[in-house]
Amino acid sequence: MDYIPNTDADFDAMLREIGARDFDALIAEIPPALRQSQFELPPALSEPELQRELKSLAARNRSLDQLLSFIGAGAYEHFVPSVIDHLASRGEFYTAYTPYQAEASQGTLQVLYEYQTMICRLTGMDVSNASLYDGGSAVGESAFLALGAQPRRRKLLVSSAVHPEYRQILRTCLAGLGVQIVELPTVDGVTDLDALAAKVDDVTAAVILQSPNFFGCIEPMQRAGELIEPSGAWFVACVNPISLGALKPPGEYGADLALGEGQPLGIPLSFGGPYVGFLTSSQRLVHKISGRIVGRSVDADGGRAFCLTLQAREQHIRREKATSNICTNQSLMALRASIFMAVLGKAGMRELAELNLLRSHQAADAITALPGFALKWPRTPFFNEFVVTCPVPARTVCSRLEREGILAGVPLSRFFPQMERELLVCVTEVKLSSDIERLADALRRATEHHELPISHR
Amino acid sequence: MKDLLIFERSVPGHRGYALPVYDGPKKKLVEMVPQELLRERGADLPEVSEVDVVRHYTRLSQLNFSVDTHFYPLGSCTMKYNPKVNDQMASLAGFANLHPYQPASTTQGMLQLLAELEQMLCAITGMDAFTLQPAAGAHGELTGLLLVRAYHTQRGNPRKKVIVPDSAHGTNPSSARMAGYEVVTIPSAANGEVDFEAFRAALDDQVAAVMLTNPSTHGIFETRILDIARLAHEKGALLYYDGANLNALLGLARPGDMGFDVVHLNPHKTFSTPHGGGGPGAGPVGVKGALAPYLPAPRIVKHVNAGAANAPRPAHHEPAFALDYDRPLSIGRMRTFYGNVGILVRAHTYIRAHGAEGLRRVSRGAIINANYVKAKLRDLYDDPFPQPCMHEVVLSARRQKKQGAGARDIAKRLLDFGFHAPTVYFPLTVPEALMIEPTETESQRTLDRFIAVMRQIAEEIERDAAMLRRAPFTMPVKRVDEVKAARDLDVNYGKRNA
Repeated sequence: MDYIPNTDADFDAMLREIGARDFDALIAEIPPALRQSQFELPPALSEPELQRELKSLAARNRSLDQLLSFIGAGAYEHFVPSVIDHLASRGEFYTAYTPYQAEASQGTLQVLYEYQTMICRLTGMDVSNASLYDGGSAVGESAFLALGAQPRRRKLLVSSAVHPEYRQILRTCLAGLGVQIVELPTVDGVTDLDALAAKVDDVTAAVILQSPNFFGCIEPMQRAGELIEPSGAWFVACVNPISLGALKPPGEYGADLALGEGQPLGIPLSFGGPYVGFLTSSQRLVHKISGRIVGRSVDADGGRAFCLTLQAREQHIRREKATSNICTNQSLMALRASIFMAVLGKAGMRELAELNLLRSHQAADAITALPGFALKWPRTPFFNEFVVTCPVPARTVCSRLEREGILAGVPLSRFFPQMERELLVCVTEVKLSSDIERLADALRRATEHHELPISHR
Repeated sequence: MKDLLIFERSVPGHRGYALPVYDGPKKKLVEMVPQELLRERGADLPEVSEVDVVRHYTRLSQLNFSVDTHFYPLGSCTMKYNPKVNDQMASLAGFANLHPYQPASTTQGMLQLLAELEQMLCAITGMDAFTLQPAAGAHGELTGLLLVRAYHTQRGNPRKKVIVPDSAHGTNPSSARMAGYEVVTIPSAANGEVDFEAFRAALDDQVAAVMLTNPSTHGIFETRILDIARLAHEKGALLYYDGANLNALLGLARPGDMGFDVVHLNPHKTFSTPHGGGGPGAGPVGVKGALAPYLPAPRIVKHVNAGAANAPRPAHHEPAFALDYDRPLSIGRMRTFYGNVGILVRAHTYIRAHGAEGLRRVSRGAIINANYVKAKLRDLYDDPFPQPCMHEVVLSARRQKKQGAGARDIAKRLLDFGFHAPTVYFPLTVPEALMIEPTETESQRTLDRFIAVMRQIAEEIERDAAMLRRAPFTMPVKRVDEVKAARDLDVNYGKRNA
């Protein structure tokens, strides 16, 4: 099926008006040698057949509706208020494009202005752009910005507790720029501040830390900021927006850029995307950050009106001299995040963060009460994710629980081969006490006949 | 009264949510997190009820033009109708509620869909392999150029330069710079094609890639594309295809057959995934075989576990899809997880609906519609390139500008008649450019109304250009002061950013 309203008779009439003999006369410029291309695709489908085909593919997956999941690691299962799907699927938002014509796009523009404001208030920063692709590319973008704004500084420090995929993105996208990327080691699950102090210097463009970090641990961001500040390097804080309902925001510990993955704010997991990256800065860097930015102005009658602003930074004006190649943002996802923050509001964001803390600690207590299980870093505070050491390889634990329809977490050997028995477990507000009991019970049964090493008795 | 901001709707104590009551063992916040790591004051987010939220965002939506409500001929953006079945399929729980780190045994349908999409994109473009990881066109460009860099580096020299025509999208030169290349801009010839002699002169053995959009942003086909490809390849350079305009060529000619080595596609254009007010899109990148080893990891692979090599295959045997991270030559990773999967599901659905013949009809319709608009307007607006156009037509309002109202004013006036404006002032090579892309999903009747309005506007300018400079008159706001927005910067409500 197709979605073309004109009939062949309409097209023939139009060709006559154009003065073309036939359609081929319009494409005579394409060399004949190229016109031979034949390719095969599966046959076209009517809508009922299409629905059946796609539903059968969907049915070959087991969604989190069918599984009890404790997987986080950069993508989080949170409550998504029904109003988000309802409002974000309105065609006026869904099928519009970048608001180039401000007068015909005040809806999208006001949404983005409000999004920027909400993200600033959540992070405590001064300026937010109108969103980026995702958390990982936001980290990459921050490095481009720091390097572009400080041409003599050619070194980046990044904590090895930053999400492994974010670090990989950083290395990949900077491959052409000849930059030194130094990874900082960790102590007790958080960045080693002595190593940070020793390595940060006047050729360091930025120091990138994540809190809560990949292991769920809350980093000593205040002290890190104090160590970075004298060097003049940018302090880049990658943060989980849900955690900011309870944790000290980057604006209060001196971050120059604060950014992160916005997926937890009402965006479906969708096998990894589309998500949304947020990027904020302090006032002094307002002209340095990249991406679309919406500003408040007035119209010809003096009334409040919104438009894209600071476009002189952007690629469509500056071409190779632009601060970034970025063109689109992720407006629809920013809309979802805005609605999420509006629904939860001031009290709800705090309540939500506290509930995440309570549930994850409840689960940690339940798991560590089992024989052979222990918190990897018992002295380090964590948010809604934590690392436990299992009595057997974590992969074994996970495959045993999968048979019961439980996804116990992410075995860390996936990223760190030496961490064979370490399991990263995430517990958010969508989990109830009964879910945690079910997890603990399954973990106990999966490991009870195992011969335990002395240290875990 | 002007529309309120969500913050102006806020009333202390109002709430629009209910969270589960915590019923586990009691614990104080400071028992979990030391005081110095905690936030002292809550973020000042709005306090509104659910009905306030619904009314607020519903009202804001009504201030927009969109494809669902208006003809939206924004050139180079392919604002075609977005079939609703695509969205419905993408929101099935079996796709939308999958965690990216779920075991592959629980995501076989998803992986199969993505593998099928890669194969279909290969067939459509004539490339050998695709990555679905990039999140947008510009992101695909950077990915493609990093592949180019890896390819040349492996051969001993990453090379220094990337050639980009002056008509290219701004993202091309910007992406090239981010990939560490110096940009060499070459001019266009009078007929709108790449200036072939200038191209030849710019080409040397330090050129890593030549980036082209074909049809170009002038809406015309590069007739010397095969010569360009031959010369580039003779110098060891790779040819990069910006897929922004692929809607013109489906089933008519393939970038792979033209000699392109790397392509990026824009599913939000060609394959009609919704533009979402400016994203999310996606930016799959396809390559010829020589570049495939460098594609980002993971790659989707299909294992055929037939047991012992000569054992008969059981009838119920299902191939198993897996994610392969072991790619030693890979450039690495461009995005977390596997890309904008929800968008890719929509693109897959769209391609399955059309089949090869349906896609050919898409491009035929897009080309006839654009030429129809061109034929009906070229007497009143300057038509810089007289040959037939492809899927979009670039006109110039320089005649009107001399009469006192230019492309911007025409764009604003169109809004009064219920039409979104074309792209204006792009490409930069055409003064007062009006870049009109009707797409195949518009009827002749809609085009006739648009044409009549464009003709009326040309008359209005002759009569009263000053009126045009004040347009629009019927929108929710009058013309917005963009200069003030940048000068008195306010991008965060209640905070001065200037």
